Formats: sequence, C-alpha cells, structure tokens
Amino acid sequence: MATITLTISALPAHVRTARLMAATVARRAGIAASAIDEIRLAVGEACSRAVAAHKLHCPTQPILLQLIDGSGPDPVSEPRTDTTSRAPRANGSATRRFEVVVSDRAPSKDSEEPTDNVEPILDGLFLDGDDTPPGGISGFSPGLGLAVITGLADEVSIEPQDLGTVVRMSWPLSTDQPQDPSSN
Amino acid sequence: MDLKLDHYTEGDTEIVVVEGEIDVYTAPRLRELLIDLVNKGNFYLVVNMEKVEFLDSTGLGVLVGGLKRVRAHDGTLDLVCTQERILKIFRITGLTKVFGIHDTVQEAIDKRSSK
Repeated sequence: MATITLTISALPAHVRTARLMAATVARRAGIAASAIDEIRLAVGEACSRAVAAHKLHCPTQPILLQLIDGSGPDPVSEPRTDTTSRAPRANGSATRRFEVVVSDRAPSKDSEEPTDNVEPILDGLFLDGDDTPPGGISGFSPGLGLAVITGLADEVSIEPQDLGTVVRMSWPLSTDQPQDPSSN
Repeated sequence: MDLKLDHYTEGDTEIVVVEGEIDVYTAPRLRELLIDLVNKGNFYLVVNMEKVEFLDSTGLGVLVGGLKRVRAHDGTLDLVCTQERILKIFRITGLTKVFGIHDTVQEAIDKRSSK
C-alpha cells in the first residue's frame, strides 16, 4: 500500500496536473489500460467540482488529492488515518484496488439554503455563462460532474460534511504486474 | 496539450475545429468562440472534435450552452466525433440523444441539409 498525496490551489489550471498525476500513478499501480481514461476523467471531475466549490466559499484553501495504490503491502509503521481509510464495500471483496480521494474544505451546503430543499443530483445541469453563479466557473455544473464520476468509478462514495466534501473513487487492480515506471 | 481553436465557413455552416483538451481550464475559450459566432449570425454550427484528446463535464456544459444559443435562432449545433473515449462521456450523460454526432464534417452538413 503506497499513498501519494497532492495538494493543489483552487485554480482550474491545476486540475490538469491532478489528472495527469492520477493517470501516471494508476498506470504504475497496474490498472488496466482501458480504465486509465476513466480514472483521468473521474479525477478531473472530482477536482473540478472541488475547485468550483472553493472558488465560491474558500478560494485560498487548498484541495487535497490522495492516490492510494493498493498493489503493494500495507505499511506496518504507518497506521491509516481517517482520511485514507477505504469506504466499506458491499460485497466485502478483498480485491486490491486503486483508490483516489479528493477532499475539499468548502461547506457542502450554503447556510442560506433551506434545509428541507434537497435538490436532485442532476438539478442545474448544463450551466453556461448566463446560468453561472457569481464566482462560479463558466460551463461547470456540479451535478453533472458527480453524475459522470458515478458513471465512471467502479466504486464511489461522496460524503458531504460541514467542513467539506470527500469524494472517494476506486477501481480494481488487474492481476498483471504493474508497469515498469520507466515506461511512463 | 492546450486547447487549439479554429473555424471556417462551408456554405451556410460554420465549422469549428477543436484540438487538445477541453476542461475546466480551457472550456471558457470554446464558450467565448461559440458565443462570438452566434452573435455574428452563425446559427448552423458543426464542432469537429476529431482531434480532442480530453473532454469533461465543463466542456459538455459549454457545448450544451452553444446548442441552446443556436436553437434560440432555429439553428443547429452538430458534433463530429468517432473517438470512443470522447463518445463515452456523451453516452454516460445521455447527451447522445441531444446532439447529432457524426463521423465526418460532410456527413454532418449533408444530414442537416436533407432535413
């Protein structure tokens, strides 16, 4: 078990960096080639959502990205923290997995929003310039991004909390040997 | 790679050629181009995505925004794309039913002309 942690400022330009790093680490972990594009896209969506949320609520705060390669042995000297623990699996599978955790620090719900107003996940799709809220990112729709993540990740959990949202995504590792790092 | 944008006229259709990555960083440039074309009276658009290497939901939002704008003038916005990895995001989001997606620019033009 190896974890790579990346902290990025809430800037759209850094989403690409996160995407590229996730794809590189996934390839080294031995993820099937067909799933690399899915990981790249899902990580991009999660980071885009986090950047948009930070731009609205806390633009100076960083966004945390953790890439957890489950292909190696668990480290004995480094107990896992809450932020790196895996989401429970419905089938109890012990399959080694590649997991990506994107943690933001933006409140998951506006304080002015009525508490009984539970919006469907796909509400507000397809924002363009006229629909973009002040401080938001043109063209970005958080609901659509989460829908795409759900469609791409093998397992996904989205945990909205008062102090931010944690998006966990994971994919099974193939039984083949990880690629030689020099091939990246 | 970054985003490269170009456009040219083919009869009454404006062809937009997109190359590179359409994401949260670059999508605003595509949005500005589509708005500019519509504001100049181009209501029949074909976006050639054959050289697009990456597309995320921000890019989808921009394309749908463009579609809304041309439809307000009874226009059309069709796509040219044969790349499976790009088509996948259209399928996941159900947008294959919203956009006309064609194999070639000529096919996109011919399909609209025959309607």
